Amino acid sequence: MSETPGISPLSADDQEPLRVVLAKLGFDGHDRGLKVVARTLRDAGMEVIYLGLRQTTDSIVAACEQEDADVIGLSMHNAGHLTLAPRMVQAVEEAGLGVPVVIGGIVPAEDVTVLIEAGVAAVLGPGASTEEVVAAVRAAVAHQSPAR
Amino acid sequence: MSAPLLDELFESARTGNRRALGRLLTMVERQDDNAVMVSERAHRDAGQARVIGVTGAPGSGKSTITGRLAAVSGAARPAILAIDPSSPLTGGAILGDRIRMDNNVSSSTFIRSMATRGHAGGLAVAVPDAVRVLDAAGCDPVIVETVGVGQVEVTVAAAADTTVVVVTPGWGDAVQANKAGLLEVADIFVVNKADRPDARGARRDLELMLDLGHRGDWRAPIVLTTATEGEGIDDLWSEIERHTSYLHHSGELIRRRCRRRRSEVADRIELGLRDRALRIIDDQSGESAMVRVERHELSPAAAAEQLLATLIPDNPPEE
Repeated sequence: MSETPGISPLSADDQEPLRVVLAKLGFDGHDRGLKVVARTLRDAGMEVIYLGLRQTTDSIVAACEQEDADVIGLSMHNAGHLTLAPRMVQAVEEAGLGVPVVIGGIVPAEDVTVLIEAGVAAVLGPGASTEEVVAAVRAAVAHQSPAR
Repeated sequence: MSAPLLDELFESARTGNRRALGRLLTMVERQDDNAVMVSERAHRDAGQARVIGVTGAPGSGKSTITGRLAAVSGAARPAILAIDPSSPLTGGAILGDRIRMDNNVSSSTFIRSMATRGHAGGLAVAVPDAVRVLDAAGCDPVIVETVGVGQVEVTVAAAADTTVVVVTPGWGDAVQANKAGLLEVADIFVVNKADRPDARGARRDLELMLDLGHRGDWRAPIVLTTATEGEGIDDLWSEIERHTSYLHHSGELIRRRCRRRRSEVADRIELGLRDRALRIIDDQSGESAMVRVERHELSPAAAAEQLLATLIPDNPPEE
């Protein structure tokens, strides 16, 4: 089911809030950062669909489809990013979703390029300001569907 | 969007394509140019699904109950519409109902989170349309969950075939319940977190309230649940089914749905008129009337009468 006829990226005006799915993938209980990001994105006027802990690529894809999300935000603090992030990107591609994946959390500098090459839209580290988080999410969506 | 394309989307949605259904819901949620077409197309096939409203105070366990209900319903394709408030300051929202549901529901359950998006009036038309789309896509039951604070939220949940009101022990006595305006809309009461002390007290308070009288010949049953453990959910589902059959046999279902559609049309007229009212205030006639109001030559009431007459010519202002 990679192609669904009639569904292309939404060309919305700026009035419509971005819909963001936030989740942690796999075994990783560190969700404080994700909660801060949820609050940050809400305060920037976005609608945050918060999935929380212990999600799978399947559950995130399902949520994105049902919620018609514009972007996925994943928080990673268990050193699994090199395995999990590319899998998420692949799952999104296989489902034909066309939504960008933004990663936040603890990712060593040398891994960032690897993730970007794997198709991750942006990687945000512990030093990122709330403004940078918002800007990265907006840029990721704009890059994916220029109409927005 | 062209009609054939729309038909295709509906066809996909009906065969269980989540993206297609997700997109149709976005269209009615935005109430954009496509929304009227989507609504019209959906209305042709709608009317099959049981619509269940679940409302109650924040933190009373609505989402957990809703997720569990979808699971015990045994339905092939249940749907949940979870409505959470938008921030009035930024327009953003944190829609967190899914985390209380995901672990309990099967993958065949379709869950959509909806933010109130600031405009209370908009919610009153977007939600019935979203229910209609889910219904037309073959989902059944459709469970609408809202926070039971605020008239619009209560009204939205009450615009169901069966309305479930969730309370918890210690939530306040019967007077509080009356104040909240929740009592009148309840077809079924749930006392959730029944493992806590005084669950019986909460039930007794509700019984006392109901003893003072209830509408029609249906007395709302009270079900005790501990939703996190799944306890009492089967009982709740049986009561919902009992209410469904009551609705059918008494003819109340037809009356209710008829009332619902009447108020939906009224809401839409109101919304349309309000848009036009805002536009008319900004145009020339509105501008000059407003200048006179600012000078204290014309009262706001008189200005409104004047402008209303230009909106609805059949309703001339009284001299």
